[in-house]
Amino acid sequence: MNTPLVVFENVAKHFGDFVAVKELNLAINAGEFIAIMGPSGCGKTTTLRMLAGLDQPSRGSIYIGEQLMNDVRPHQRDTPLVWQSLALFPFLNARENVEFGLKMRNQDAQIRRSKAMEWLERLGVAEFAERNVDTLSGGQRQRVALARSLVTEPQLLLLDEPLSALDAHLVIRMQSVLTQLQRELGITFVYVTHSQSEAFAMADRVVVMSNGEIAQAGVPRDIYREPANRFVAEFVGRNNIISGTANTVDEKSIQVKAPMGTFDVPTKTNTPDTDKKFSAGDMVTFVIAADLVQVTRTKPKTENSVECSLISEEFVGSMVTLFLETADGTEFKVQLQERELSTLDHTTEGAFYLSWQSDSAHVLHG
Amino acid sequence: MRNETKPHAQKNNLRNQFLLDWSLRFYVILIFVFVFAPIVFSVIFSFNSARFPTIPLESFTLKWYETIWADPDVWEAFRNSIIVSVSTALIATTLGFCTAYTDYRYRFRFKSAYLALVLLPPTIPLIIMALAMLAWFSKIGASGQLWSVIIAHSVLTAPFAMAIIRLRLNQMNKDLESAAWNLGASEWRAMREVVFPFCKPAILSALFLTAAVSFDEFAIAWFVSGLNKTVPVLILEIVQGNIDPQVNAIGTIVFLVSMTLVMIAQVFFFLRQNRTSN
Repeated sequence: MNTPLVVFENVAKHFGDFVAVKELNLAINAGEFIAIMGPSGCGKTTTLRMLAGLDQPSRGSIYIGEQLMNDVRPHQRDTPLVWQSLALFPFLNARENVEFGLKMRNQDAQIRRSKAMEWLERLGVAEFAERNVDTLSGGQRQRVALARSLVTEPQLLLLDEPLSALDAHLVIRMQSVLTQLQRELGITFVYVTHSQSEAFAMADRVVVMSNGEIAQAGVPRDIYREPANRFVAEFVGRNNIISGTANTVDEKSIQVKAPMGTFDVPTKTNTPDTDKKFSAGDMVTFVIAADLVQVTRTKPKTENSVECSLISEEFVGSMVTLFLETADGTEFKVQLQERELSTLDHTTEGAFYLSWQSDSAHVLHG
Repeated sequence: MRNETKPHAQKNNLRNQFLLDWSLRFYVILIFVFVFAPIVFSVIFSFNSARFPTIPLESFTLKWYETIWADPDVWEAFRNSIIVSVSTALIATTLGFCTAYTDYRYRFRFKSAYLALVLLPPTIPLIIMALAMLAWFSKIGASGQLWSVIIAHSVLTAPFAMAIIRLRLNQMNKDLESAAWNLGASEWRAMREVVFPFCKPAILSALFLTAAVSFDEFAIAWFVSGLNKTVPVLILEIVQGNIDPQVNAIGTIVFLVSMTLVMIAQVFFFLRQNRTSN
């Protein structure tokens, strides 16, 4: 399980003056579902295209199964890609689209047909086999595109934001289709997306990219709870980011003096080797996730608390986000269950108090 | 529907609308009359037994068609015209496809200059082009041949083919060709399996249109063809000699041939428009 199938070694990609990928070192294990996540222009799609051979790295080496792939033409690789645009062939019907990869491998027409039908069946779209792809719905086209990529039984499947054009409820359904497929087939999925929820829902490991570099790589929980740097903390969203100077530093915690108060922050994280050693007087930035903050109308007795006024609230079904502001103008976000909000008297004027357990805070090392 | 205009204003509006509708209809009819009346007359007189085109008509006859059927010169001219237009269509469409594809696929310096040059030939006055072709062909000892007409016509019509195919290529999803490579198709295979099928309606449309343009073209053919007369050249020679109703018969056939070609081209053109709008 732990043999790397794909290795990026000091890979960079420039388009003229534009640097798409600055420096990439990444090993992807066989059988892993890896999501590469980041805002547009962060280099995630270029990374995927380099794996498919559609872009050549300007520097560095890419290995797939220990073979150096830098000069291997796209059609000589077995790295099918599920396109954001799906890129189904409009002049072929669903079955002929699925057969395409086998046809290019000069497989017998009989075998092509039965394999294509098998995959359409497996993805639940066999009944549309003879239909023109233009007449299918978004979800059906998505399944045909998946079948087309998987029919050659590759070791590695590349997916470029394949769900971005679908309706919200279809996205959830396709997510479970994809994770189930990946478990059953045991092959490696490299999934590029800008959507945190897609990445967290499906991937074994998430790579967050920013400006052509890896900002953080790790299991979804670590990315969410222990962002390595300010970029990840902001990108993952719903984090309150506080900066201040270190008053005192000991083995376990740092006391941080910030404009709106003084807070205790634990120094330990899950990644002790890359942790920075802080000393008194250093600038320290820490995050406290919006869902780990308690909000009350009476002043709490705990240490880590701030006084705020309510600015606005955002209702998204079972969850509600409150936007609050301290006297010095720092904005805080608090996420709570909708039913918790009903126990809080949030409609009357006056101060709100935010507090959190000191070990809920997470110091940024980058 | 909400309508706040007063009754008499409404009446005025309706009357204006009516006038506008009918003047537009009259205008369209007028255009069709100007375009088609001479041709219709030519068709009618081709079945008229009188030697001169006068009204009232005399009796119905197929005499003029019999005359041209028996005339080896006419057969020769039609044979030449068919050879020229078929070869021209093939060459011009191939050239057109290649330039359209270069435009679609590659980015390079002076590309806009390249495109302007490619699209230039139809903007040159035909007579200038014909003279230039004649001068050039006689310099290199290639004038007076059937294939000199083919070369000249290919130069003239390739831009049309390119324009039609380029329109189609611009509708092609940029990922389609990459998707073919990604699924194991070499560049040539992807061209054969994806680009050609996608462009097929446009390619057919271009073939028929360039054939039609070549079949009708007179000026260049007259200068360059020498003794290998095409149909339009033959018509002029007959008319120069004397008034002979058999030109009406030839004209009718030429008209039918080129209308058919253009109509087939149109059908392919619109077929593909509908396909993509779905």
